[in-house]
Amino acid sequence: MTAPTIPASGVREMPRPRVGPKVDRLGLLVEGYFRAHTVLVYAFLYLPILVVVLFSFNANRQATVWLGFSTAWYGEAFRDVFVQKALLNSFIVAIPNAILATTFGTMAALGLQRVGRKTRSSYDSLTYISVIVPEITIALATLIFFASSFDVVNPILSALQGDPAKPFKLGFGHSTIIAAHVLFNTSLVLLIVRARLSGMDRTLVEASYDLFATPWRTFRQITFPQLLPAIVAGFLLAFTFSFDDYLITTFNSGPASSTLPLWIFGQLRKTVTPETNAVATMVLAFTLGMLFVGQWVLRRQSRRGGQEASMASIITEER
Amino acid sequence: MSARTTARSDTGGRAKSALLTGALLLPISVWYLLLLVVPLVMVAIFSFGRRAPNGGYVADFTLDNYARALGTIDPFLTSLSMAIGGTIGTLLVGLPLAYFMATRAGRWKGLLLLLLIIPFWTSFLIRTYSWLILLGQGGLAGFLADLTGGEFRILGTWSAVMVGLVYGYLPLMVFPIYVTLERMDRTLIEASKDLGAGRWASFRQVTLPIALPGLVTGSLLVFIPMMGEYVIPQILGYGRVFLMGNALYLDFVEFRNWPAGSAKAVMLIVIMLVAITFYLWFLNRGRRTREVSML
Repeated sequence: MTAPTIPASGVREMPRPRVGPKVDRLGLLVEGYFRAHTVLVYAFLYLPILVVVLFSFNANRQATVWLGFSTAWYGEAFRDVFVQKALLNSFIVAIPNAILATTFGTMAALGLQRVGRKTRSSYDSLTYISVIVPEITIALATLIFFASSFDVVNPILSALQGDPAKPFKLGFGHSTIIAAHVLFNTSLVLLIVRARLSGMDRTLVEASYDLFATPWRTFRQITFPQLLPAIVAGFLLAFTFSFDDYLITTFNSGPASSTLPLWIFGQLRKTVTPETNAVATMVLAFTLGMLFVGQWVLRRQSRRGGQEASMASIITEER
Repeated sequence: MSARTTARSDTGGRAKSALLTGALLLPISVWYLLLLVVPLVMVAIFSFGRRAPNGGYVADFTLDNYARALGTIDPFLTSLSMAIGGTIGTLLVGLPLAYFMATRAGRWKGLLLLLLIIPFWTSFLIRTYSWLILLGQGGLAGFLADLTGGEFRILGTWSAVMVGLVYGYLPLMVFPIYVTLERMDRTLIEASKDLGAGRWASFRQVTLPIALPGLVTGSLLVFIPMMGEYVIPQILGYGRVFLMGNALYLDFVEFRNWPAGSAKAVMLIVIMLVAITFYLWFLNRGRRTREVSML
């Protein structure tokens, strides 16, 4: 039996099964291109980070001309009172923000499991809005909200207080920054924790109820340990976001609540100095440290629980 | 009698359960209401008001802010073109990378993914200002000036801003494309090759349609924040590349002209809604495209 010939109008002749050791030159070229592209992109991603670290050790005050190795700028940075103050402010903002956002986000993820579809989808749309709108929108909207509320509340407060010499007033500062950061970060934690929750093994929860465990006990012994990697990841991401954020912070900061990113931004008005690079390097080292701690915690958890978990998988698998 | 007690304890249980649900959702509800819904409504209302003499807002109903915003539409158009250009740029850089990671990386996959996430979670500001060194007179611009023997400036121009945009938002483009390609049924490529399709044909007719939802998700995720970008044009564009973000910063922080700023913010939100509407339309086009990840 012979194969029927198909009239291949419009279809270009394809080289029939490549038999023998014929080298696929185009294929090699394409493979080579993908490799080179990937290497170049990673160089592109890491070059700026390396440059900042490298130039923080530059002996020259002119940041861009290399004059030999020196750690003097780190000493300079540590002695700088403005850097000290900014660092303190960064922690004062980032830690409460991470605690609140992780708590609220986890509570919300658990709560949203218990409501109907309509309620859930309205919360969902608010969550997505808060995550997806340009950051500057959140920044300016919270600014006018706080400023307008203070305009209403402060006259009442001063009327209530008899002593007009030193009246207690609400104003921009750490708490306004924290409140604005918590909005974005709660949504972030909610998304991460919920992704984990939806992938969770429900049979354990049911088994626990069958064994007459109370809801609280079931949560403490079954649900919470399974959620822990996501909660840890959420906490670290919330902390890092807050620690690195410039835009929302600058819109909502007060006279004495400048954080490190605000200090760095202010320095750039002049020129990039090695001291700026030294501070930036310390910020980078700290945030990377946080990420690696997170990764390590997740690894340990997953080895115990037998579940694959890493910062990477938690972030990319979340929907 | 006993039936009644059961019923009562049942409703008691239900009330308790509703109370717990409410308690769990209380903080997020307060935050969403006070810091998201109310502020955004305020922006919408303020955009029709007037500026108070010493800054702020006076209630009024006027379209002046919009008229003025449309009269000086340049920042809006610059933002729009930079965001579109930046989206195309991240697409061109990100697609081959995501493709390599999903199909070729083998055991390196995990490491490459981690290496992509690390810059994403380190300070945006620091990674951006580093380009001041890289593109400045001690970096690329100086090198090109030496090469051509003339003046060469990159910082303070749109090309510096474009580099910053592509650099800053690349991971957001790569993640969704990677996820769709990773889930792809690899045998489809084999099948298309067996049917005589060449490399390009099977990419265009099999891989690309499968990756399309990821591409569109990635484009949305980078386009929207690029529209409102402030840090990159301010630092790498010296504020001379004047985008919506710069205009909004001036209106709200420097001039305290909230109504004028609010009108611009509303325009930004409208563009965002248009993009999201297009995205949702695209997702609902076919069943095949349903399982797209948002982040």
